[in-house]
Amino acid sequence: MAEVRFNSVFDIIGPVMVGPSSSHTAGATRIGRVARNIFGEQPEKVTIYLYGSFAKTYHGHGTDMALVGGILGMDPDDTDLRNSLKIAYEKGIKVGFVPKTDLTEHPNTTKIVLKNSEHKLTIVGESIGGGNIRIVEIDGFKVSLSMSHPTYVVIQNDVPGVVASVTDLLNREHINISTMTVRRNGKGSQAMMIIEVDEIRHSIETELKDLPNILSARYFE
Amino acid sequence: MFYTIKELIEQSKAYPSVAELMIATEIDNTGRNKQEIRQLMERNLEAMEASINKGVAGVKSLTGLTGGEAKKMDDYLQAGNFLSGDLVVTAVRNAIAVNEVNAGMGLICATPTAGSAGVLAGVLFAIRDRLGLSHDQQVDFLFTAGAFGLVIGNNAGIAGAEGGCQEEVGSASAMAAAAAVLASGGTVEQASYAVAITLQNLMGLICDPVAGLVEIPCVKRNAMGASQAMVSADMALAGLTSVIPTDEVIEAVRRVGEQMPSAFKETAEGGMATTPTALRLKEEIWGTDDK
Repeated sequence: MAEVRFNSVFDIIGPVMVGPSSSHTAGATRIGRVARNIFGEQPEKVTIYLYGSFAKTYHGHGTDMALVGGILGMDPDDTDLRNSLKIAYEKGIKVGFVPKTDLTEHPNTTKIVLKNSEHKLTIVGESIGGGNIRIVEIDGFKVSLSMSHPTYVVIQNDVPGVVASVTDLLNREHINISTMTVRRNGKGSQAMMIIEVDEIRHSIETELKDLPNILSARYFE
Repeated sequence: MFYTIKELIEQSKAYPSVAELMIATEIDNTGRNKQEIRQLMERNLEAMEASINKGVAGVKSLTGLTGGEAKKMDDYLQAGNFLSGDLVVTAVRNAIAVNEVNAGMGLICATPTAGSAGVLAGVLFAIRDRLGLSHDQQVDFLFTAGAFGLVIGNNAGIAGAEGGCQEEVGSASAMAAAAAVLASGGTVEQASYAVAITLQNLMGLICDPVAGLVEIPCVKRNAMGASQAMVSADMALAGLTSVIPTDEVIEAVRRVGEQMPSAFKETAEGGMATTPTALRLKEEIWGTDDK
């Protein structure tokens, strides 16, 4: 027995996805989608940096369309993915691609910068095979998110008591935390909380957002 | 959970079928209920059938390298004058259809990967009518294939980049052969032999995509995987066995995958990918390296 990497029948049968490549298309869509969900709204400007194999073959594998489709909120099985560049243009979203030669830890890496007049988000993601992804950086916060467990990403003011109020809410809802990471840019500014939970339950995104000092809360299944 | 084919066979005795063992294991591992799990699989089944229909109608890939050949196979099939049996020709047509749709950025169900998605769908929809499989039996076919695929994935692999095409189309073909045996009324032992026969025959198959794209030779490798699955299933149903136990064959696939040079593992640095024509196509599609 080498190593148990696959636990679910749906790791083998599935996902339903737009071709041609689970890593270059499905994984790329998921990275774009995570970026959009954390950003929380339609961006005005998108800059996509591509590294390694992504930089070399992004066009023919549809990685460009997949990333932009994800940023538009599409899933890997959305047949409109192939039209995503046109749709983004029609929505007035400015999209730029920058292939880079810098070496990255993983060959399929992208850095996505989303902007509108008020916000900016930078996210770095890796497509690690079979449509699976890892988010390794959010706004300069080093993270390691597989997005394969139900996950909450919460941005909050860096003041005392916020973490306690969040865990208290999870406790009341009987949601068990499997891992929890808290990062901040600097003392007293903004902080980020990434909470992976055990089981698929109803989302408590709205309740989280209503807590004091929470700036945004997103739920990923 | 079962981690070897031996365990899969033993554990399946406590259930009406391998599919039921797979569903019970999935409930244990994910906490989802049976109804949810079956619904998720039904969606996979629908996507598979739709991708065959789309491909048979005729599609083109983004690069134009592949497409339109499932339609040719369909015309050939309809004309009725072929060498191998109609189910094999149908499985081949279906497999080509799914992979042409994949290359054309159409919707497919990865089984186990996007690049090998034609094999399982190809076989299932070729034998469905002959065996008179109900909707539920078709869904069970996928759970059965997934059960064998899990063991292969965990003991060898399912990625061309890790172990060559033997782990992609090879795994897909073995899964399809096992599910076809059980759908035909064979035993779980016979299904296990079908896995062993298939993997032995596809052992060492390299992953050498022209221009790094999931097109050449992938589309026709899927056709080969589908036909091998049909033939393996027939051999197993005829009572043929494998002297080498199935778990040992899977272990051999892993070893071969590890020993395989990286030029043959999806890097497009060997095999078909470095033929003069492939190198010319690569340059036409991507431009030169320092572009």
